[in-house]
Amino acid sequence: MDVSRCTQCGKCSAGCPISPEMDLQPNQVIHLIQINDPSTVLRSQTIWLCASCQTCSARCPEDIDVAQIMDSLRKLAVEEKVPIGEENAMKFDECFLNSIRKRGRVNEMRILLRYNLAAHQPLKDSHLGLVMLAKRKLSFSSRKIKEVGLIKKIFKNSRRFIKDQV
Amino acid sequence: MQVGYYPGCSLESSAKEFDLSLRAIFQEMKISLQEIPDWNCCGASPAHSLSEELGMALPYRNLAKAEESGIRKIISPCPACYSRMKLAHEKVALDRSLADRLLEIVGKDYKGSLESRHILDFIKEDIGLERLKSSMKRSLKGLRVASYYGCLTRLPGVKIDDVENPVIMDEIVEALGGKSLDWSHKTECCGASLSLTRTEIALRLVRSILEAAEEKGAECIAVVCPLCQSNLDVRQGLVYKNKMPILYITQLIGLTQGLGYAKLGLDGLIVSSRDLLQKRGIIEK
Repeated sequence: MDVSRCTQCGKCSAGCPISPEMDLQPNQVIHLIQINDPSTVLRSQTIWLCASCQTCSARCPEDIDVAQIMDSLRKLAVEEKVPIGEENAMKFDECFLNSIRKRGRVNEMRILLRYNLAAHQPLKDSHLGLVMLAKRKLSFSSRKIKEVGLIKKIFKNSRRFIKDQV
Repeated sequence: MQVGYYPGCSLESSAKEFDLSLRAIFQEMKISLQEIPDWNCCGASPAHSLSEELGMALPYRNLAKAEESGIRKIISPCPACYSRMKLAHEKVALDRSLADRLLEIVGKDYKGSLESRHILDFIKEDIGLERLKSSMKRSLKGLRVASYYGCLTRLPGVKIDDVENPVIMDEIVEALGGKSLDWSHKTECCGASLSLTRTEIALRLVRSILEAAEEKGAECIAVVCPLCQSNLDVRQGLVYKNKMPILYITQLIGLTQGLGYAKLGLDGLIVSSRDLLQKRGIIEK
């Protein structure tokens, strides 16, 4: 992907649903990569607030896959061990993946509880959680898939980047 | 007619109504579903956010398991599952070294024979709107429906409709006798998992989607994604003063087939659609 083609037209930022809350606008992220200043980008909240909705990528007149770049930057930030700009977003991802590693499938109830503990907000959304429990939309069931051993192996053997490329 | 089925984790839990209603309407149309044996989670966004290989290996195992069990065509109703499955399938076909690497990680060979469908293109292309209509016992009687796609049509690998102005769900709504509305927020983002990590952002997005639908006179919103449904339904009371039922398209189809409110999981939604459906004469009082 050739970020040098970016002409800073700003379409990515104009269409981004999360731009009001971002510390760097998506076009600024691309600009900072162009001028080789990765440290600001990797520490930003923006790369973790990106909801991967792909509006930027769909609209880029130069076919730059901005959402894919955000995705790669998240992995680079973890790899480079820089301070994470939006820690709770990463904690949520980790809780989600832990649930898959243990069971092969996600248990939404357990993820919500684990995430709330990790984010030091144990009672957040508890009123909604109770409503969902009453509707049987959540359960504590800990059913595992049969090949859960293979899932653990997949987690162990998967590398952060394919072919060590970004 | 038989087709493969990959429900995905949400359809076992927060979106069980999607699963219930999908199974019910397929049974009505005499299409049997063959679930992938012992399927695993596709990894959704967290997997590809933290590891490229994991984001491919998890859906790859499902592809291999489906192929091994003789499935040729497979439906994944959840947009995230569908996108991850399509993407893994496409990348493996294009990149031999990635295919070899995934074989090494997962220990199963996927030969690339699977054809993936989302529920929308399966209904329109494989079942066909005429056959869908012939399964109807009643109409939606002009019910004003805002079809909401969220990011579905933009997700990697998903090529079922126009990215900015999809119409496939609108066509299904019209076939059912509903009035599908032209509106501004068809493909706006629902906030996805920000509803947990930065709730105020998701609430801002949810409010604007609900208000845009209301402005066009929508009586309900039709969705095809567990996360869109959950964000718009469960959090609705926090930001919206009226009641806007958020129904899966499969539930709307089931209503026209005369299937019961409970059988379609309509009592599992947070914002009730019962009063609306009774008032419009779509279900009995």
